[in-house]
Formats: sequence, C-alpha cells, structure tokens
Amino acid sequence: MLDGKTIPFEEGETIMEAAAAAGVYIPHLCHHPEFKPHGSCKLCTVSIGGRLGAACTNQAAEGVKVESETAALNADRLALTQMLFVEGNHVCPSCEKSGNCQLQAVAYHLGMLTPHFTHFYPARDVDASHPDVLLERNRCILCELCVRASRDVDGKNIFGIGGRGIKARLIVNSASGRLADTNLSVRDRAAEVCPTGAIILKRHGFTVPIGRRLYDHHDIAEVPVAGLKEPMRD
Amino acid sequence: MTEPKKLKVATCSLAGCFGCHMSLLDIDEKLFELVKVVEFDRSPITDIKHCGPCDIGIVEGGVCNAENVHVLKEFRKNCRILVAMGACAINGGIPAMRNNVDLWDCFQEVYHYGIGLENGQIPNDPELPLPFDKVHPINEVVRIDYFLPGCPPPADAIWKFLTDLAAGREPKLDYEMLHYD
Repeated sequence: MLDGKTIPFEEGETIMEAAAAAGVYIPHLCHHPEFKPHGSCKLCTVSIGGRLGAACTNQAAEGVKVESETAALNADRLALTQMLFVEGNHVCPSCEKSGNCQLQAVAYHLGMLTPHFTHFYPARDVDASHPDVLLERNRCILCELCVRASRDVDGKNIFGIGGRGIKARLIVNSASGRLADTNLSVRDRAAEVCPTGAIILKRHGFTVPIGRRLYDHHDIAEVPVAGLKEPMRD
Repeated sequence: MTEPKKLKVATCSLAGCFGCHMSLLDIDEKLFELVKVVEFDRSPITDIKHCGPCDIGIVEGGVCNAENVHVLKEFRKNCRILVAMGACAINGGIPAMRNNVDLWDCFQEVYHYGIGLENGQIPNDPELPLPFDKVHPINEVVRIDYFLPGCPPPADAIWKFLTDLAAGREPKLDYEMLHYD
C-alpha cells in the first residue's frame, strides 16, 4: 500500500521500482532505474510502516503501509533540495543543463521559491581539459551516478568521490587528475548520465530552445527519467 | 463613492541587471490596470531617491556593496511586505559567480587587462560604494517575506504575483511560471 493505493510488486523489487512501474512518482536524485541503488540523496525517504527509509533501498513487502506524499515528508524533501542548492554553486541562468536538469526539476516539483539557507559558495574546480566532455564541479551533487556508470557499465572506473563534508568532490582516476588523461569517451554512459550540469558534452549547450526543454512544461513527476517517459512495466 | 486607497509600491535594483524591471514593464497594457490600484514610491520608474512608508517593496539584485545594504535596510524599514524578485536577489545569481575570484583580481581583469584597454585605472573615488568580497542574496541581510524566482521572472508571473498580493491572497505561481532561468 503506497499512500492508500495498492501497488503490485515482484519479489525482490524495491519500493521505488514498484512505484515507478505503477506510474507513481517518488522524488529522487541519486536513483536511476538502470543502476544499483545508492540511497544517498534521501529525497525518496518514505514512511515504511511508520519508520523512515529510502524507497530506493528498501524492498517492497506485502501488507506494509508506505506513505510518500505527506506534508511532512515533502517539507523534508524541500529542505534537502535547498541544502543541495546552497552547498554547490547552482547558477541556473548560466547553465547549459537548465530546463533539462533533474535538481532544478525536483525543486520545481517541490515548489522551491528560495534556497533559504545561507549559501556556502564553495570554491570548486572546473576541468575543461577533455576535448568533448566538461566537468563542472560547481554543479555536482555527489549522487555518484557517473561513478556507478563508469564502474558498472563502461568498465572504466574513471570517477570517484574524494574528501569529506563540504570538501567532498568528484575526482578523476588519472595520474594528473585531469579528465583529458582518462579514456573517457562521449559514448560512455558516464558522460551522459549526470542529472545536473556537472558532466556535460561540449558543443551541445543551448541546442534545445527555452520552451522546448524537458521540464519547461512538464513536472518531473510526469517525466521521471530523461528519455524514459513510459512506466517501466506493462 | 471614493476610490479605494492605492497600494504604495517601491522598487529598486541592487546587484542586478535591471532585467527584472524590464520584465515588470513587459506586462505591457496591464500597466494601466496596475497603476489604477498601485502608486509607485521610490523606484527607477519614478526616480524618487528615498522611499517613505510602503505596502510592498520589490528588490531586484543581490548585495554586492555597502550602498546595496543601506538601500536594502531602507526598504525593510519602510515596506510592510518585502519581495525578493529574480535570481540575483534570491541566490546572488550571475554577479555571485565572482564569489570565488579574488576581488582585486576582478578589478585588474576589468580595468587593466580587459580587451582594448589602455592605461586602465581602478576607480578609487571616496564617493564610490565599498565593494564586498562576496555577493550575497538579500535574505542573508534582511528578512524577506516573498520570493519571486526567475531570470527574469516572466511578466505574467510578476502580474500574477502582484495581483494576488494586492487582493490579499497568498501569491501562488503555476508550474509554467516557476523557473530559475
């Protein structure tokens, strides 16, 4: 039962997978249906029989009452999203990903009008060394989707997270630490899986005009994953 | 019958580009409807230099120098409702992209090394406001009642927001009117 609605599930499926298959949106950023759950962004936190847990890491079970769309949980989701905004340097007006960005779209979905918290304005490096891919750490939310994609799909293990707390940052697995000195290719899953504008392909910015971008007219709940409009099952 | 009392509105642009004010003007012929219910106090539109007691204060831009703080505090003191309009007022926006560049390096780049510059000088008149090393959103300086995002907020969003506020409703933006760019 999710928010009073009976959701079918298969043995071993997570709450997130069962909900997505039934066309029910649970806000998330680090989750991606093609990759192993990470459970780090905590946006998908739901009440599972009265206890809070991540929908992407907890398995669906029969007879369990799960609540997602409650005022309290959405308030927590909004606060988490606001913290992500102030922890990085997210300047939507100057970002090529704007309109197609999941961080921005989740913030729209939650009705975020202000990041509210005091901005950190952290100093983060940009790596423009690669001929085809830009690494813009100011926009990184440490979801590790690129880490998972590079390790589990591309088999290249190019990305990782280094440092702790506000100093945590995306690092590159090469002797110089530069993206140009890796074998990253534009065809790699890791090069296009980023939910924000932290890893973007060069020379593709602003090709889709404002008004025709993914989330210009559609809430992320209607388009949960870029390019994946249909529910996953049936 | 007497006309209903008009709402007094003040506006200003701090560390912004006046794009939000342009978007306000973009409500076009609705401006005639607006001035029926609204009277402008201090604003670039009236060129009044200091505001008196107002119902609504609308601030564009973040805080990048000492003068911005004085203006912002004057608005907070005089305005019953204070609104942060646009990306810069809300999170610092484009001007805040200099926050990780040393201020002196910024000045050098602008006044000495900029393309086409010869014998550049960094302005140093005591009348110029003291620049801050970082640009800040206005809610880090004074209390803000409402936030109206966008770069700029669309004219329709500004119109919806102001008419909601003037009618005593809690302002609410539709999905299409809420964006950060």
